[in-house]
Amino acid sequence: MSAAPQVSPAETGGSWTAWLRSKITGLVPAGQALPDRQPAYVASWIYVFGVLTLAALVVVIGSGLALAVGGSAWWHTSSLGHFVNSMHLWSVELFFAVMVIHLWGKFWMAAWRGKRGLTWMTGVVAFVASIGTAFTGYLSQSNFDSQWISAEAKDGINSIGVGAWFNVLNPGQMLLWHVVLLPLVVGVIAVWHVVLVRRHGVVPPLDAGPPERSGG
Amino acid sequence: MATITRPPRQHRGARPVADSHDFPTRRYDLVKEFVIALAVMALLTTVLAAVFSSPDENAITMRSWAAADPDDVVATATGELAGTTTSATYGAPYNHASEGQTLLGIPLQKWGGARIPVDSQDLVLQPLAGVSGDPAVTKALAAWKGASATQQAAWSAAYADALAKAGGDPAKVANGDFGPVPGMTAEFLALARSGGLEGTLTASGNFYGGDQTRSVLLLSDGAYLEDRAVAQQLGGDQWGMMNETGNYPGQPWMWLYTFWYQVKPFSTSANADAQVWGLMMVLTLGLLFLPFIPGLRSIPRWVPVHRLIWRDYYRSHPRE
Amino acid sequence: MMTAPEIAVLAAGHYVHWGVIKVSVTNFAIIVSMVVVFVLALVVPFPHGDRDGSDRHRDRS
Repeated sequence: MSAAPQVSPAETGGSWTAWLRSKITGLVPAGQALPDRQPAYVASWIYVFGVLTLAALVVVIGSGLALAVGGSAWWHTSSLGHFVNSMHLWSVELFFAVMVIHLWGKFWMAAWRGKRGLTWMTGVVAFVASIGTAFTGYLSQSNFDSQWISAEAKDGINSIGVGAWFNVLNPGQMLLWHVVLLPLVVGVIAVWHVVLVRRHGVVPPLDAGPPERSGG
Repeated sequence: MATITRPPRQHRGARPVADSHDFPTRRYDLVKEFVIALAVMALLTTVLAAVFSSPDENAITMRSWAAADPDDVVATATGELAGTTTSATYGAPYNHASEGQTLLGIPLQKWGGARIPVDSQDLVLQPLAGVSGDPAVTKALAAWKGASATQQAAWSAAYADALAKAGGDPAKVANGDFGPVPGMTAEFLALARSGGLEGTLTASGNFYGGDQTRSVLLLSDGAYLEDRAVAQQLGGDQWGMMNETGNYPGQPWMWLYTFWYQVKPFSTSANADAQVWGLMMVLTLGLLFLPFIPGLRSIPRWVPVHRLIWRDYYRSHPRE
Repeated sequence: MMTAPEIAVLAAGHYVHWGVIKVSVTNFAIIVSMVVVFVLALVVPFPHGDRDGSDRHRDRS
């Protein structure tokens, strides 16, 4: 399997399509987008927490989609709706738990080595964006929690001048941020993060020298 | 033959990391791993949801507030008329009554501007003006509007003091010159009790509402909302940001954000919100740029947890 | 929709106090579980896949 060769503008004759194709296919080394082999040093349970985070995110989004089908007030009056809400809450708790364990693992592996600084950074931004997404979710519950959390949070956000635009007392605005704007942000950053992992490969062990060429 | 020596530690940052693609590999099914992970997370979520459910405490309605704590409703309405409530003295984004919080002397709150104008007196006057067929209310409102701002302030401040002296009970208030304030606040309470206050403060004139700014400001100007929250350990100085009602799981990831509010100097600072935000922003940037911060980025080397993670590799590739 | 007056304050959950730290039992259990799972992930052996062709190197093209 070989990737499409990188093309220079001279060869493409200024074709935007060819340029975009070359950028996309050049993102990840040939065969590394979905390889069926991993470096032998990838042999610890700590490595599963990245994929667990992705899986939890899928459950979060899926349960969120189900809640959207019923509407924002559905879960107050329907026991099925309440169960779906419970799935949404617990998948979020699991999401944060496995994401943080993933962060702990990557920290102790110093996984930013070998030009992987951007991988680390996109991970941190995804973490922070997830907290923001969860926050707008708590504001969208249309119950006592939402009243109290908005009443408190407004002080923090107003204190830095952001409250003039981001009004936590406005459930109409907060709900749309929660189901449209912020999931898009989290999704895009998560995709970017995963592409970077596939691009650079899993970071080698600390102090691992270049492997010998002679062995078979 | 040249001896291979380890580069000195201070140049470690410059030593290139071997290309991961050059290492020996073994078969690994990423898609199968993802499907298993998805099944595990879906199953765990379903079990946790079925066993523990999720909280749903009813929102406080104006009516339930009036029923649970009528004295608080009267005191709050009086405070709105007097201009002494939290919202009335807030500053940006609701009004210009205060300079707001500063961070390192920078007036960030004020810079946001009063882009969500809220007149705290109107939180009381507007619903009252909507009452029809009650000559007493019409007369009281006319008396209020006909008075000067100084007179209005004097009446409402005097009534607030009298209420406080009477333990909050309007029925026990001593005689005094309060103008139409007692009548207006009593009518406001009656309006709340009848359910007539629900929805009147949402984006005014709009059938569909959707913006609860003014309703929440009125509610949080009272003591009842906070009393309910504090009773459930949700208060700002109770690590409340992390907590949930009842025994439900909260937001453990907010631990550091809420921690600062529990300790000095933030716990006694008038600018605590802006200061805590600033501090958390710095720490977040520290986490973001960790790979580039000398010392911090070396912690994984000093505390060798990685020797556990890669113990198989190190066993078969001992250091020279 | 008319709601009944909410006279009673619903009970708070259970909390653990330790100096300035006050944490709900549930949150504490979550945090402890995370640490336990993390440690387990570090120490529990990971099954090694088959080693056939395990020393294949990347094709240099």
